Amino acid sequence: MTTEYPDYREKLKCSFEQLEDVFDDCIKDALRNMTNKGVEDYLSGASLVCMIGRGFDPVLTYLEEMPEMAHKLGEPILKVVAQCVWDMSRSPNGKAIPPFMQCLPEASRRLGSLGQMHNFIDIIFDMMEDTTGSTHGFHTTVPSPGLPNLLNQVPYLLSQLSLEGLKNWIEYGVRNYSDHPERQQDYFSLQSADAKAMLQRERHGTLYMDYERQLDMYMRSMWQQDEYFVPYSLGFDDLRKPQPYYDELGMRIPDVYDEMNNVSGINRYRITLAHMAGHKRWTERQIADNLSPFQRIAVEAFEDSRVEQLILREYPGLKKYFMALHPVPVEGDCNSEKESCVRHRLAMLSRAILDENHGYQNPDILEYLEKFQDALKDGESSTKEMLGLAVSFTAKTRRQTDLSPNVRFENTEIDYRDDNRHMWLFIEENDEAEDDTSEPQGQEVVEPDGLPPRHYHEWDYNTTSFKPDWVTLYESLHAPGNASMIDKILEKHSALANYLKRILDMLKPQQYTRVRYQEDGSELDLDIAIRSLIDFKSGSQPDPRINMSHEHSGRDFAVLLLMDLSASLNDVPDGCTQSILELSREAVTLLGWSIEQLGDKFAIAGFHSDTRHNVRYHHIKGFSEHWDDGVKARLAALEPGFSTRMGAAVRHASHYLEGQKADKKLLLILTDGEPADIDVSDDKLLIEDTHKAVDELSSKGIYTHCITLDKKADDYIQDIFGPGGYSVIDNVEKLPEKLPMLFTSLTS
Amino acid sequence: MTDININQYKITEEPFYEIQEDEVALYEAAYDARLPVMIKGPTGCGKSRFIEHMAYKLGKPLITVACNEDMTASDLVGRYLLDANGTRWLDGPLTTAARIGAICYLDEIVEARQDTTVVIHPLTDHRRQLPLDKKGELLDAHPDFQLVISYNPGYQSMMKDLKQSTKQRFTGLDFDYPDTKVEAAIVAKETSIDEEVAGKLVKIAHTARNLKGHGLDEGISTRLLVYAATLMNKGIEAKRACRMALVNPITDDKDIRDTLIHSIDSIFA
Repeated sequence: MTTEYPDYREKLKCSFEQLEDVFDDCIKDALRNMTNKGVEDYLSGASLVCMIGRGFDPVLTYLEEMPEMAHKLGEPILKVVAQCVWDMSRSPNGKAIPPFMQCLPEASRRLGSLGQMHNFIDIIFDMMEDTTGSTHGFHTTVPSPGLPNLLNQVPYLLSQLSLEGLKNWIEYGVRNYSDHPERQQDYFSLQSADAKAMLQRERHGTLYMDYERQLDMYMRSMWQQDEYFVPYSLGFDDLRKPQPYYDELGMRIPDVYDEMNNVSGINRYRITLAHMAGHKRWTERQIADNLSPFQRIAVEAFEDSRVEQLILREYPGLKKYFMALHPVPVEGDCNSEKESCVRHRLAMLSRAILDENHGYQNPDILEYLEKFQDALKDGESSTKEMLGLAVSFTAKTRRQTDLSPNVRFENTEIDYRDDNRHMWLFIEENDEAEDDTSEPQGQEVVEPDGLPPRHYHEWDYNTTSFKPDWVTLYESLHAPGNASMIDKILEKHSALANYLKRILDMLKPQQYTRVRYQEDGSELDLDIAIRSLIDFKSGSQPDPRINMSHEHSGRDFAVLLLMDLSASLNDVPDGCTQSILELSREAVTLLGWSIEQLGDKFAIAGFHSDTRHNVRYHHIKGFSEHWDDGVKARLAALEPGFSTRMGAAVRHASHYLEGQKADKKLLLILTDGEPADIDVSDDKLLIEDTHKAVDELSSKGIYTHCITLDKKADDYIQDIFGPGGYSVIDNVEKLPEKLPMLFTSLTS
Repeated sequence: MTDININQYKITEEPFYEIQEDEVALYEAAYDARLPVMIKGPTGCGKSRFIEHMAYKLGKPLITVACNEDMTASDLVGRYLLDANGTRWLDGPLTTAARIGAICYLDEIVEARQDTTVVIHPLTDHRRQLPLDKKGELLDAHPDFQLVISYNPGYQSMMKDLKQSTKQRFTGLDFDYPDTKVEAAIVAKETSIDEEVAGKLVKIAHTARNLKGHGLDEGISTRLLVYAATLMNKGIEAKRACRMALVNPITDDKDIRDTLIHSIDSIFA
């Protein structure tokens, strides 16, 4: 094929055969949309893209998409894109060029301005530079592993995130996975849980999670319904767009709503819920078997409208939201010769019912609008009556093309309406009935071993932000050992135990209370004294109990001792005969025994970690347990291993302390070193995280005190626990003696 | 002892009260036999108004005491006061009522301490006497005297409940917010506002009452509805008036406020 524009063809230096087929169309498009200067740039840009030797695809994308982009964003974009492609081809990331070209049109539609587009390209290039590896230090040779994945995800990401959100999301991935190619790919292709969690956080719109309580209240206050909500994500199910629905298990609603037509996200939630609540209140189940699919759609549409009318009777103020959210189908938009107009007709009717200024002329629509209004004139009508109306409407308006696969969807999707599955009763077992009733999930629930894992965030001081759900913590009861070992320890330290007992006896309980009506007391109680004086002057018997005194009553402490069970506990310190573990065990034994004497609420737990995916939290003694053989057996079986990821364990321990009713809550941490884990190379990271965790606790009214056996702890310990929040025990052998003493001095 | 002006306790104008069920007949029967009455119900549902109405209807003086936790037995019974010449006895409201034959209405009785409430015991059984220990007087109650107490079981807690021995000296009337229609009629009559608007106000009150126990201790009372209607009569726009009278006073919880504001918004289109 020869071109009609040989002048322009000449300027495009590219010799792919396929080009000849499309060139004319593209150049026509370009001439229509651009100035002469722009067309020049367009062709030289295309030549550049052609020269990079990445096949015909990028050239074609460039030729096809650039005219529109240039029209929308301005012609400078032509040069920018061409230059980007050139730069990319000069780096090891040539493979990313086709996906880069493909994501541009969607990105330009989403971003809408040249400035935004510049920012977007900068973000992509920053990411590329940060993840492109170098083998010899000065030469970048290894292509960025995540870049192509990222570019493939860009259209979706931009539909979910603002540009700022995208930037944060990408930077998070780069920061955490720059030296781990497979993980990086997982992250940028949205496969990993981190990526999704981070996406959730950066997402715009009204998140369900932020408004859960308010929606609960909404249902309760306006609809007297106590519903269980199950959010679903619009993000990860592309095959069919999920719709709200409800069944016995609860109401399914999207996890995020953006503002739409000036209706805020929270109001969209409310409208969606109002619609479902209306169904719950007014819709009766109908037998589906006798109806054709078209009839069913019509019945659903009529019933939806009926329910909405009844809602508006109750709450007329909702009308403005319904009006804003309901699509406005344009009469005559749907060509009934070529496409199926079933949905379009019903949407028109539905709009007409809602909006008195609909202006539709179609006689069928007007006739049924009147019939519908008649039905609701005196009362609520019924689902059954709607069924009758709908069936006759379907019969009357049927067209040959209704069965055509080419269904007109435009302006017919009413997104606050649910899918009406609750409305139908299927008598005969068939495919649909199965869809309706069987719940495949929930049958194969395997009872997990122990409690389900918990996720905790972790503080990243570099970015001063939390990494969401970063650490996975498993908790379990520590395996038991031989309880008599603990009794032997107590025997061994019987002298110390006796000494402790004397101290404990002297420990005065806290809490002052005022005792009134005392004949002898420390202070005069003025109220009563005056009353007695009046009594005396008026000649009646005065009350002589005019003093008051103060008294202590009861200690009200909840204490949790958190033991670091990392591998270093097996070390035997210089000059000692016992390992740190043995000394710790003796110390904890004495402490546990003394606290039992005092009667304070006391729990013991141990922790260690093997990367962020596996933090183990062992229960050794629970708050409600006494110092009995079960506890002793668990204490006897302590076995150290792995590392010390303290933050998550501290957060988990605080979760238990929070549940305790006590005036004062104390978390005691017994450790032999600084927080560290094998998957963290930056020493400061976990120190800062633990410090953050301690801060979180103190804001919850929990006092934290660390007892460290690390002689060099002074370097970091104050950074974590603050001044006065720690004790360093230099002489580890003294630990069994020191620990209970420390506890008593802390709590008296 | 000073003379007591009985007329100050008389109610001269008929207080508006909409009869809901048979409560008037029940109360009249109880008064006839001088049985003590306890009235239970949420705040602002018309307990006090009912008693005023009954006092007016029966033509008896009414002495109302608002109870609080610092109230002592002397605050009810009376006490000697110091003055220049020594001491002087002053009757408390309960004593006054027993002397002149008034209806004594102890509002929110659970707020008073339990050792205070026991002083009413001898007045509430067959004895109908009030011993004034300090004064050395045993006061026989006037034949017209009757004791009425009210309390709100809504915020009843372990700490705030009447002793069984107190409870079992009373007959009880249960009050609640009136039916939707009656309540709308009450609001309309009280404030001469449009019946339809009154109906909408009641609807808003119901959305709030549904939240009782889920963040709200107490729903929007009839009294607050009357306030809202009064504001609207003064020319305040409906939504603003509702916010001021119905939302702001009852809660500081943002989620509840948003929900209530939305319900106002959807009811007043």
